[in-house]
Amino acid sequence: MGGMAAPQVAPVDAPDTEEVPVADRAWVTIVWDDPVNLMSYVTWVFQKLFGYSHEKAEKLMLDVHNKGKAVVSSGARERMEHDASQLHAYGLWATVDKA
Amino acid sequence: MSTFRRQGDHCVAVFAADEVRVLRKVASEVVGLLTDGFDHSDPVVGRLFPDIYPERPDDSAEFRQYTEGDLKTGKIDQAGAVLAALPPVTGGEVRLDGEAAEAWLRALNDARLAMGVRLDISADTDLGDELDDAVLHDPTSTRVFQLSIYAYLGYLQESLLTALIDGKLAD
Repeated sequence: MGGMAAPQVAPVDAPDTEEVPVADRAWVTIVWDDPVNLMSYVTWVFQKLFGYSHEKAEKLMLDVHNKGKAVVSSGARERMEHDASQLHAYGLWATVDKA
Repeated sequence: MSTFRRQGDHCVAVFAADEVRVLRKVASEVVGLLTDGFDHSDPVVGRLFPDIYPERPDDSAEFRQYTEGDLKTGKIDQAGAVLAALPPVTGGEVRLDGEAAEAWLRALNDARLAMGVRLDISADTDLGDELDDAVLHDPTSTRVFQLSIYAYLGYLQESLLTALIDGKLAD
């Protein structure tokens, strides 16, 4: 026998939530607006640290600028603490919170 | 004012004597702030080392205990990268590879953050207006000098970032 076995009947109590466990999406890294940091620099930092496209990084930067803050990454708590530390190394004002 | 330009793999600028003096001073001040002068009650330190959990002081303090040393070392090293690459006080060329250029970007940003706190720069601040007001008040004041340096550092950071990104696009 080969190949993947497909269940003939879906489990009755299959959860209809996303596949990623809730605990792994439960935290967010937030970047706050700042009167000093250059817009071009903030965009560059988002690309550099998170591998975001220029378009996505610029949109996040504008969200920070216009709305006062933006969620720049989400995931497990330790991961978010790492992200915030990295952002602090670049001088961005980052905090971690529950999603 | 000097501008960074891309030359192959390097970002290059030629600095006049007064620019070298200013950059040496601001980078040394950042090092001083992070070493002998390190004080958690200083708002500049508060800005460079923000609380990661603003509403949970205990969690913030615990996190700080494990990470602040590395963060501080990194910031001292990047200010040191500026000092290391500066020409003699008579002026001259600064030539940065990619790694050094990134350290300079972070260090210039730290220096601007520190000055921004001291100068009360806010979202509403128009740097040109601020400088005009300060000059009218007293053209020889420290505030005029500090605002000029703050503006210069922003210009320099922007030009270095542009030179770094332009090179990446051309690769």
